[in-house]
Amino acid sequence: MGTTETGILSGRLSPVEYEKNFSDLHPPLDEHEALVASDRCYFCYDAPCMTACPTSIDIPLFIRQISTGNPIGSANTIFDQNILGGMCARVCPTETLCEQACVRNTAEHRPVEIGRLQRYATDIAMRENRQFYERAEPTGKSIAVVGAGPAGLACAHRLAVKGHDVVIYDAREKAGGLNEYGIATYKAVDDFAQAEVDYVLAIGGIEIRNRQMLGRDFSLSDMLAKHDAVFLGLGLAGVNALRAEGETAEGVEDAVDFIAALRQSETKSDIPVGRRVVVLGGGMTAVDAAVQAKLLGAEEVTICYRRGKENMNASEFEQDLAAAKGVTIRHWLQPKRVIARDGKVAGIELDYTTIEDGRLITTGETGVITADHVLKAIGQTFEADGLGVITLQSGRIVIDDEGRTSLDRVWAGGDCVLGGEDLTVSAVAMGRDAAESINRVLAAASQPAVAVA
Amino acid sequence: MADLRNNFVGIKSPNPFWLASAPPTDKAYNVERAFKAGWGGVVWKTLGEEGPPVVNVNGPRYGAIWGADRRLLGLNNIELITDRDLYTNLREMKQVKMNWPDRALIASIMVPCEENAWKAILPLVEETGADGIELNFGCPHGMSERGMGAAVGQVPEYIEMVVRWCKQYTRMPVITKLTPNITDVRKPARAAKSGGTDAVSLINTINSITSVNLDTFSPEPSIDGKGSHGGYCGPAVKPIALNMVAEIARDPETYGLPISGIGGITTWRDAAEFLVLGAGNVQVCTAAMTYGFKIVQEMITGLSNWMDTKGHRTLDDICGRAVPNVSDWQYLNLNYIAKARIDQDACIQCGRCHIACEDTSHQAITQYVDGKRHFEVMEDECVGCNLCVNVCPVQDCITMVGLEPGTLDERTGKVVDANYANWTTHPNNPMARQAAE
Repeated sequence: MGTTETGILSGRLSPVEYEKNFSDLHPPLDEHEALVASDRCYFCYDAPCMTACPTSIDIPLFIRQISTGNPIGSANTIFDQNILGGMCARVCPTETLCEQACVRNTAEHRPVEIGRLQRYATDIAMRENRQFYERAEPTGKSIAVVGAGPAGLACAHRLAVKGHDVVIYDAREKAGGLNEYGIATYKAVDDFAQAEVDYVLAIGGIEIRNRQMLGRDFSLSDMLAKHDAVFLGLGLAGVNALRAEGETAEGVEDAVDFIAALRQSETKSDIPVGRRVVVLGGGMTAVDAAVQAKLLGAEEVTICYRRGKENMNASEFEQDLAAAKGVTIRHWLQPKRVIARDGKVAGIELDYTTIEDGRLITTGETGVITADHVLKAIGQTFEADGLGVITLQSGRIVIDDEGRTSLDRVWAGGDCVLGGEDLTVSAVAMGRDAAESINRVLAAASQPAVAVA
Repeated sequence: MADLRNNFVGIKSPNPFWLASAPPTDKAYNVERAFKAGWGGVVWKTLGEEGPPVVNVNGPRYGAIWGADRRLLGLNNIELITDRDLYTNLREMKQVKMNWPDRALIASIMVPCEENAWKAILPLVEETGADGIELNFGCPHGMSERGMGAAVGQVPEYIEMVVRWCKQYTRMPVITKLTPNITDVRKPARAAKSGGTDAVSLINTINSITSVNLDTFSPEPSIDGKGSHGGYCGPAVKPIALNMVAEIARDPETYGLPISGIGGITTWRDAAEFLVLGAGNVQVCTAAMTYGFKIVQEMITGLSNWMDTKGHRTLDDICGRAVPNVSDWQYLNLNYIAKARIDQDACIQCGRCHIACEDTSHQAITQYVDGKRHFEVMEDECVGCNLCVNVCPVQDCITMVGLEPGTLDERTGKVVDANYANWTTHPNNPMARQAAE
C-alpha cells in the first residue's frame, strides 16, 4: 500500500509495486500462443485489415508466415511497409484500425490479434538483429531530416535504402520523438524505442545530430543550402494553453511533460504525483497520463472531458483500460478556474457543458473537484519557428499527396502536417512515402540530359 | 430412445462402437478401462504365433500431421503386432471376456501364410471364449516385409486361401481385415467372400510418410536418423475409408457381405456415415488414442440423439441406407442444375469465395458491386461447382440451390429440364447408347 498523503509526492509506492505497475501492458505472445492466434486468420482476399492499416502492411501474408513457422519472413513482410512495425505493434490503436476491420468481428466479435502477432514477428527479427535491406549504390545526394520521430526515422530509412546520405537533426537528447517521450511506459518497456532507433539506423548512411532545434540552432534555409532535400518531421512541440484562471498555480502541469518524465525515469519512484489528480482532455495523452498517475500511486484520478464519450479521441480500448485501472472518466465538464491555496493547486472548478445548435456551450452550472495535481492534455500545437515562408493552414504545414510542401525541395510528414491523424503509424506512412517522392525527384534531376533533335 | 444394440455376424455388443486392433487393445488393463468407459467391443491387438514375440523399435513409433491449434488430423505408426507373449495375451483375453460377458471380444491374428500356423493358433484363441477372429491382412509396415499383413492382403488368392483355412479350423466367426494399399478394394473383398469369410473390416492403415525433418533430412518418426513408411490413420483417412466401404457395399459380388467400418472415425457423425454406407458396426482407434476412451460417450449419445430425432429405432433402420445413392459418375443426372447463393447477412466479407472462384475456377463471384466490397454469385457464370461453399469459413453462408425445372439457367440459356438424363445418353458421348427407335 502506498501513501495517500496530500501533495505532489514521489515514492508513493514500494519498488516492487512500481515495477509491477509499469511492466508490459500486453505481454508478448509465446510461440504456441502465436500459432493459435495466427490460425484464426482467414487469409482474406484484398483483406479489410490491410486496407485499414495506414502503412498497408500485408497482414494476411505476415500472419500466414507466422502460422507456418516463418517469423523472420513475417517480419520482412511487415518491415517492407513499416520499418517501425515493432513500435506500431505496441502503440497502434489496432481496435480502431486493422483489428476493427477484421472479418472475425462479424462472426465472433473477437478479431485476430493482429497487433500482438506483429509484435511477435518483429520481436524475433529484432532480437536476432536480422536486417532485411541493403543500401543501393551511393547516389551522392544528401538529405536533411528534421525530427527523429516516427515520420523522420521512416523517411530516413527509406532514403538510406535508396542510397542517399541522411542527416537527422533532432531537438531532444535522444532520437525517437514521441516513441521515446510520448508513449505510456507500459506500452514500450525495456527501452524499446531506443532499440528500434538502433535497428533502423543499422542500415547505415544515417547520421543523427541531437540537441539541434530548428529555429534555434539552424533555419530551414540553412538546411536547403547544405542538403539536396529536406524532410520536416517536426511533430507538435507546443501545447495548448488552458486559458483558465489560476493556470499558473503550482501543481498544474502539461501531461506531455509528465509522460516524458516517466519514460526517462528508471524506477518511476522519482516521479511525483498528487494524491488527487485531475486530467483535462479526452485523447490518448489524457488516458496515458491518467492511467500512469494512478499507477504511480495517486488515490483518485479523474479525467474531465468537455464533450461526450463518443467524442473522445481516446479509443474505446483506452477508455476501458483507464476504467480498469481505477480512473474515473467524467464527461461534459470544462475547466473554468484552477483553485489555488498558497499558490498550490487545491481543486478545479468546472463548467457543465452541453451542445446547443451544434455548438458546445456551458450550462451555467458549475462543480468543484478537489485536486492537488492538474494535468493538461488538451491538445498539442505546431511551432513553426525557423520555417520561413512555408504555407501553413490551421497552424499546420500544407503538403500534397506526395508529402511536398509549398517550398521547392522541402517535404513534410507526421503530426506537423495538415490532415495528419496524430498516429505513429500514419507518421511512418507519410515519412516513407515522402522518401519515395524525394528519391523520384532526385533521380529525375540527376538523369543525364538527353539531346532533343 | 434409439436401440443401439449391435449384432454383427452373430457377435452381440451393447453398441456398435468397437475399439480396433491397435495399441489401445494390447492388454487387459487398457481393455478393462475401455469397457468401463462404455465401448461395445474390442478387437484385441494382433496376436502372432507361439514363440519369442516380435520386437518393436525403441524410439518413436508415431508420426502425425496437425490442423489448426495443433488438432491431430492424421497419425501414422510403425508399431508391429503385440510384442507380448502369446499365452499372456490369451490368459488376459479369457479373463476379460469372463469379466465382461456382454461385450464383444475379437482376436486379431497374424501368423505366417502357412496352414499349420493357422491351424495351431485357432484352437488356442477359441479356448479364450473370444467371440470371433479378425485376420490381419492389413498392416502395411514391418510385418509385410516378412510376408504377413498387407503382403497377404495384397494378393487375393492368399486371402481366399487363409480365410478357407480359418473357416475350416474354427467355429468362430471370421472377419477379414483389408488393406487399402491396393488398387481396387473389391478384389480382396471378393476373395475373402470366396474363402467363406463372415465379414470384412476396413480399412487398415495407409502407407505413409507423415513428414520429413528439415534439419536432419530424416523422415518422421525418426529412429536414429532413419524413418520407415508407417500406417496412416485418423480423421484424414476417413474419406478414403468411406469410399472403400461403399465400393464393397454396392458391388454385386459382395453385396450383403457384413462390413465392420474403420478409418478415421472420431465422432458419432463419422460413425453414422459409415453405418449408412453399409457398415454393420464401426471400429475406432486414433480418436481414442488422441482423446482417451471417454469419447465413446459422445459417440453413443450423439448417434442415439440423431436416431431419435430422425425416428430411426434400431441400427437396422439406418445401416446401408445411403448405399443405393452411391452411383457411378456416368449415371449422375446432368439435368440437375445448381447455383451457389451467398447469404449476405451471414457473409463476413473475407473474400475467399471470390478469389477461389476468380483465380482457380469460373470467375463467377463479384468482388465489388457499385464500388463496394460485395460478394455475389453471377449466375450466368456459375457452374455450381461448390468450391466457394467449401472454402467459405462461415457455415451455411454459401449454399447450393438446385434450380426448379422450368426455370432458366442463365449460364447456358437453357430451361431446366425436369427429366433425368446422364452421360450414357449424352450426345457428346461417342459411346452414347442410341435411343430406341
